[in-house]
Amino acid sequence: MARRSDLESICLIGSGPIVIGQACEFDYAGCQALKVLRADGFRTIVVNSNPATIMTDPGFADRTYIEPLDLESVAGVLRRERPDAVLPTMGGGTALNLARELAEAGVLDELGIELIGAPLEVIRRAEDRELFKRAVGSCGLKVPASTIVTSLEQLAGLTAPAVVRPAFTLGGHGGGFVWTHDELRRQVEIGLHESPISQVLVEESVRGWDEFELEVVRDRVDNVVIVCSIENLDPMGVHTGDSVTVAPQMTLSDEAYQELRDAAAAVIRAVGVDTGGSNIQFARHRETGELRVIEMNPRVSRSSALASKATGYPIAKVAAKLAVGYTLDEIPNDLTGTTPASFEPTLDYVVVKFPRFAFEKFPGADRTLGTQMKSVGETMGIGRSFTEALLKAMRSRELDAGATTPWATLAETPEDIHPFFDDEILRIQEALFWIDTIEGLGAADWLRLKRLGISDAEIAAAADATEAEARAARLAHGIRPAYRRVDSCAGEVEAASNYYYSTWGEADEEPPPRDTKKVVILGSGPNRIGQGIEFDYCCVHATQSFRAFGYEAVMVNCNPETVSTDYDTSDRLYFEPLDDESVLSVLDRERPDGVVIQFGGQTPLKLARAIEQAGFRVLGTPFEAVDLAEDRERFGALLASLGIRCPEWRIVSGDWREAQAAAEEIGYPVLIRPSYVLGGRAMRVCYEPDDIKATLERALFEQVLVDRFVENAVEIDVDAVCDGEDVFIGAVMQHIEEAGVHSGDSSCVLPAQSLTAATQREIERTVRRLGPALGVVGLLNVQLAVADGEVFVLEANPRASRTVPFASKATGVNLVEAACRVAAGAKLSDLNLPRNQAPRQVSVKAAVLPFARFPGSDPVLGPEMRATGEVMATADDLPTALEKAERAAGRPLPHSGTVFLSVREADKPAAVPVAAALAGLGFRLLATHGTAVTLRAAGLEVEEVAKVSEGKEQTVVELIRRGACDLVVNTPEGSGARTDGYLIREAALRARVPCVTTIAGAAAAVHAIGNARAEAALSLQERIDAATRTA
Amino acid sequence: MTGFLALEDGNVFRGESVGAQGFACGEAVFTTGMSGYQEVVTDPSFAEQLVCFTAPMIGNYGVDDARSESRRAHAKAVLMREARGPAWTDWLHERGVVALTGVDTRTLVLKLREAGAMQAVLVAGDGSEEEAVRTARAQPAMAGRALVHGVSSDEPYVFTDEGKARIAVVDYGVKRSVLRRLAAAGAAVTVYPHDVDADELAGYDGVLLSPGPGDPAPLEAETAVVGELLGRTPVLGICLGHQLVALATGHETFKLPFGHRGANHPVLERASGRVLVTSQNHGFAVAASDAEQATHISLYDETVEGLEFPELHARSLQFHPEAGPGPHDSWPLIERWVKEVADGEA
Repeated sequence: MARRSDLESICLIGSGPIVIGQACEFDYAGCQALKVLRADGFRTIVVNSNPATIMTDPGFADRTYIEPLDLESVAGVLRRERPDAVLPTMGGGTALNLARELAEAGVLDELGIELIGAPLEVIRRAEDRELFKRAVGSCGLKVPASTIVTSLEQLAGLTAPAVVRPAFTLGGHGGGFVWTHDELRRQVEIGLHESPISQVLVEESVRGWDEFELEVVRDRVDNVVIVCSIENLDPMGVHTGDSVTVAPQMTLSDEAYQELRDAAAAVIRAVGVDTGGSNIQFARHRETGELRVIEMNPRVSRSSALASKATGYPIAKVAAKLAVGYTLDEIPNDLTGTTPASFEPTLDYVVVKFPRFAFEKFPGADRTLGTQMKSVGETMGIGRSFTEALLKAMRSRELDAGATTPWATLAETPEDIHPFFDDEILRIQEALFWIDTIEGLGAADWLRLKRLGISDAEIAAAADATEAEARAARLAHGIRPAYRRVDSCAGEVEAASNYYYSTWGEADEEPPPRDTKKVVILGSGPNRIGQGIEFDYCCVHATQSFRAFGYEAVMVNCNPETVSTDYDTSDRLYFEPLDDESVLSVLDRERPDGVVIQFGGQTPLKLARAIEQAGFRVLGTPFEAVDLAEDRERFGALLASLGIRCPEWRIVSGDWREAQAAAEEIGYPVLIRPSYVLGGRAMRVCYEPDDIKATLERALFEQVLVDRFVENAVEIDVDAVCDGEDVFIGAVMQHIEEAGVHSGDSSCVLPAQSLTAATQREIERTVRRLGPALGVVGLLNVQLAVADGEVFVLEANPRASRTVPFASKATGVNLVEAACRVAAGAKLSDLNLPRNQAPRQVSVKAAVLPFARFPGSDPVLGPEMRATGEVMATADDLPTALEKAERAAGRPLPHSGTVFLSVREADKPAAVPVAAALAGLGFRLLATHGTAVTLRAAGLEVEEVAKVSEGKEQTVVELIRRGACDLVVNTPEGSGARTDGYLIREAALRARVPCVTTIAGAAAAVHAIGNARAEAALSLQERIDAATRTA
Repeated sequence: MTGFLALEDGNVFRGESVGAQGFACGEAVFTTGMSGYQEVVTDPSFAEQLVCFTAPMIGNYGVDDARSESRRAHAKAVLMREARGPAWTDWLHERGVVALTGVDTRTLVLKLREAGAMQAVLVAGDGSEEEAVRTARAQPAMAGRALVHGVSSDEPYVFTDEGKARIAVVDYGVKRSVLRRLAAAGAAVTVYPHDVDADELAGYDGVLLSPGPGDPAPLEAETAVVGELLGRTPVLGICLGHQLVALATGHETFKLPFGHRGANHPVLERASGRVLVTSQNHGFAVAASDAEQATHISLYDETVEGLEFPELHARSLQFHPEAGPGPHDSWPLIERWVKEVADGEA
C-alpha cells in the first residue's frame, strides 16, 4: 500500500565537490537513497559534479550526469530526463538551494516535477531566519533573539553579552563576541565598516551554553522517531562540525533529555518536514535548563551521517523510503531484520567524533574556532566507555608529529567544558600518571588501562618503553580485545549485524564462519587535504570487486562520513583506528588470506611493515615496492639502471646550508621537500639560495630532497595497472597548470592535449618498464614532466592515486577492479581490457580550494596541495569542458567585462598573447604599471591602476572590492603576507571574482571563454554506450 | 571490592562492587533505556529484580530526590558496565542496593535474551560461586509470585485535592509519574492501597489501576475487585493494572521470555494507525482471547499493548503512558482520559 504508485522516475541531486562543511557524507547518503529507490523499482537519475563519488558510478543509477550543480545544468538534465520528482534532501545545502532555485525559476512547474522529501515551503521555513523564528515560536520555543543593525543609533535597547555578525564578510570577519555594551558599540562599528552592505546582526549570546543535536525522522502519518542524541563537548560558539561530539548525550537527566526530545518533535512538525529526516540543534543553559533552538536542517546532514554510523540506523535509506510514501512501521530495520524503523535505536556503547583540521596547510590563517567550520575531516571512535571512544577517535586523527590543532593533547581541552567530561579526561591522565614501568603492570592493571581506552603506544610512552615491548607484555598477560556488534537495539533483538568495534575484558561475538577466501581492506582514515574521498572511492571499489570475485571482504576504517563505513558495503566492518595495534588485532582475529593496502592512500602504507612483520600477507604490490619507489636513493638507482630520465636530485640533511650547496651543484630552480609525504606537505620551489634558507630555517626535517625543478614543463599523470610483468595504461592526463603546482590542485585534462605521438609513446613505454621493475601488482601512478620533448619521471606511486576515480569515469574502465583482479592473481591478459582506450570526448578535472575559509592565508597555487575536492566535466572539446568544469567548481568564467592583469617578471612575455586574446574577445584590460608597460609595448590598449603599496587613492584592491573587475590574472612574485599580490588575490576572493594565479591557467581560461559552446549534457551511461559501439 | 552475579544456569559475571555490601537474590532482567537510572531503581515494578542496564554509563548526572518514582529503592541490585559516582554510587550504598560495575553487561543481556529472565544472586564481596548458583536455583520463579502487597501503601492518601475530575488510584506499586500526570491533566487524585474494595472506588469519577510488580495471575482478590468495579465507573489500567483488567474480563496472562524494559518500544495505535514510542517495563503480557480486541499492538513482538471495553467504560495500556523515564509520546492518552472522565464521556 505504502509506495507511491504515481511516481516512476526520481532525480537525486548530489552535493558536488568536497568542500569544508560538505564532504563525502552526502555520497554515503546518496548511495543509500539510490539503492533503496532502485530496489523499489524507480527509474533513478543522479546529477553530481564530483567524479570521486560512488553515487556517480554508472551502476548506481539508471542515468548518471556528471554536470555542474547550477540552475542551467540541472534544468537541462531535468528537461532531458523528465523525472516525476526531484529528491533534494540527500545533497546537503547545495542540493536544497538548487531545488529552491529550480522551483523559484518555475522549472519544476513547467516540467510538472514534484519536490519530494522537502517541499519548497519547508525549505524556506528552515532556511529563512524570520520564517524559522516564527515556526519555532509557534510551538512555544525560542531561537536566540536577534536584531539587524545598520547604524549605531539602533543599538539602544540591545543588551550584552551578545554576538555581532556582519553580513557577507569572509569567514565572519569583523564580527565577534562582546561582553559589555561598550564592546558591543565598538564591534558593531567595525562590523558595519567591514560589511559590504553595512549591515550586522546582533544576536543574544548563548556562548558557554551546552550544545545538543537530535536526529529526527518523521513520516507522512506524523510518526516521529528520534534516531540519536549528540552532545557537543565544545560548548556553544564552536561550529558543531569543529566540535568534539559524543553520542548518546552523556550529561542530561531523563526529564531534561525528554524535554529536548519533545522540542525536537515539535520543531520538525512546525517546520513541516513530513517525509524525511532533520537535524535540530539546541543550546541549553547548564544551570537553568533554558533552551534555544539554534538551527534545523530539513535534510540528511553531516550529523545524520554520524548518527547513522553511531547507531546503525540508516537515516538516508529510511528518509528516501519515507519520501516515496512508506511509513516508519513499514520499513524494516536492516540490522535486526525483524523490527521496524519506528524502533528507536538504543546504544550499549559510546561514540565520540573528533574533527580533523589542516591548519598547517594555511599559514597565516586564524586558528580560533568559531561559528564558521574549519575542519576538513572527521574520525569516530566506538567504545564501551566514554574514555575508550574518546581516545579511539582522538588517535584515529593520525596527526603529524607536532601538528598545531585544537585538542592536540588531552591537556588542551577547551574552556567551559562540562565537568562530567573533565572528570573523564582526568581519569585517563591519572591512569597514565601512575604508570611506572612495563614490568610493574600486572594483568589487572593492563585490563584497567585498556578499558579506559589507552593504547599500547600511550602506555609504552608513559613507561618509557617501545610499543612492541608494551604489546608483548600485554599479550603475555593474556589481555586481548573483544569485538562487539553494533545492533541498534543493545542486544534486545537478535541481530545478524556485520558491524563491529573492539573493547576489553568482555566476551567476543564471533562472526559466522565462512568457507571462502578472505581479504581485509584497510581504509584511508579521516579526510584531510591530500587524502580524501578519492581513496575511499578506491576502497569501496576494492570491496565490491573482491566480493564479486567470491572473497569475503572485511573493511577497517574510522571515518564516519564515508561509503566504506556503511555496513552495507563490506561483508564485515570494523570501526577501528588505523594504527598498528588496532589493525593487527583485527588481522589476528580474522586471519585473512591477504591484506589490501594499496587503496587507502598513505594510511595503510604506514602499517605495511608491521603487517608483514606479523606474518600477514599483503595482497598485490608488496611493501618492498612502496619502499623502492619512496626511497629516493633506491628509486634513483632503479631509474638509472632502466635508463629512465629524472630531474637531477640530491638527498641532504635538513640543514639549509647543505641544501644550498646541493642546489648549486644541480642548478636553480630546485624543488625542496621532506621525504615520505602525501599532498606536497612543506614542498617549495626555490629560485635562489635565500628561498632555501627561508624554507628550511624553521623546519625540522631529518632529510630533505633537493630536485632540479624542470621549468616550463608540461606535467603528466599516468594511472596504470601492472600485474608484475605487463602494464595496462589506464589514463594519460595532462595538467593544465605548469609543473610546480601540486597535481591535486591543478586542473587536468584527459586525453592529454599537447603531446606528440612520439612523446605519448615514450611516456607509455616509460611506465610499462617502471611497473614490473618496481614489482607492482596493482595500481601504479606515475608523474612525469615533459620539457622540450624530453620526458622526466618525477615520481612513481605504487598505489591508488587521487586521479583514479576521474580516470575511471573518463575512460569507462574500472581501474580499481582491474587492480584487484591482478592482486588476486589474475594476469592482465585475462582481463579483457580495451586496448585503445583514449576516449573521444574531453574530460577536465578541476580542483576546488578552501581559501575563503582561511582569510589571512595566501590564495595562490603552489607545490603544496590545498584543494579539498574536485569536479569533472566532459564535452566534445577542451574549451567547452573547461568552461563547464570552472562552472562546476563554482568559478564561472566571465564572457565580457573587465580583466585585471598583474604578472611576475618571468611571465610577462607569456602574458601578452593572453591579454591580446582577452582584448580580442572584447574585454577591457586593466594592469599594474609593470604589466601595463609590457602589454602596451605589444600594442594593446591598457588602463593602468595603482598597487596598494604605491599609496594612491584608487588602487586595484578598491576596484576589485567595488566589483569593477570580472576576472583577475595574478601570478605571484613570491607569496606571503601583505605583498601586493596577496592583497589583490585576497580582494578577488572576497569579491568572488575568479582569480587565476598561473599563466598556463590563464591561457586555458581564455581559450575556454573564447571557444566554449553550448552542448547538451550526456549521461555517463550514454557516453559508455557510445564508446562501446565505436570500440 | 569485587563481586559477582551468579545465574541459575551456572553462568557467573564478575564485577566491582560499588553499592551496598552483602548479597541480593531476585530475577535478573535488563532495561534498554539510556537515561533515568534513578527512576528505574525506585520504580516499585522492579521489586524482587536485579536490574542490568544496557546503557554503558550509569550515574553520569548524579541524583536528585525529585527524580525518585517512590520513597525507596525497589530494585534489589543493579549491574552496570561503567558506574559513575560518587553521587550515584553513594546513593545506592545508602539505600542498601547492591551494585556491580565493570560487568560484561552485553554478554549478560545476550544470555538473558536467549535463555529468558533467570533467577540470580548478586554477591558484593567474596563468596562461593557454587553456593550462589545453588541459592539462585532455590529461588522461586517470578511466575506465580504476588508482590503488590509488599510495595503498596498501607493507608489511603490524597495526592491532589482539587481538580476537574475526582480520580482514585489503586496502588499496586504506583509511580509518582502516574500521579503527577493525572494531576497535570487536572485530576484530583486520591491513592488507595491494593486491597481497597470496589464500593469505595465506585464513588469516584474514574479509577486508575496502577502499574506494579510480579505476576498478575495470583492476584485473585485484586482481580475480583476490578471485576466488581468494571462498569460502575470509568477505569484506566496501566501495566499491571491493564493485566488485571484483562484477567477480570476473561483474558489470560503469560510470562514473556525476558520482558519488555526500555524507552524505545514502538506500539501501533490501531485506531489512528499511528506509532507511539513508549516506555515499557513488564515481564508478563496479556494473551487476548480475541486478538481483534487489542487497541494497541507491540511492533516489536506483536503482543497486546492495549485493550478497550466501551460497554464497561474501561480501557487499559500495557506500556507506561506516564513515561518517567522515557518518551512523552503517550502523555495525551492520560490527558484525554481525564478530560473524558471530567466531561462524562469516558
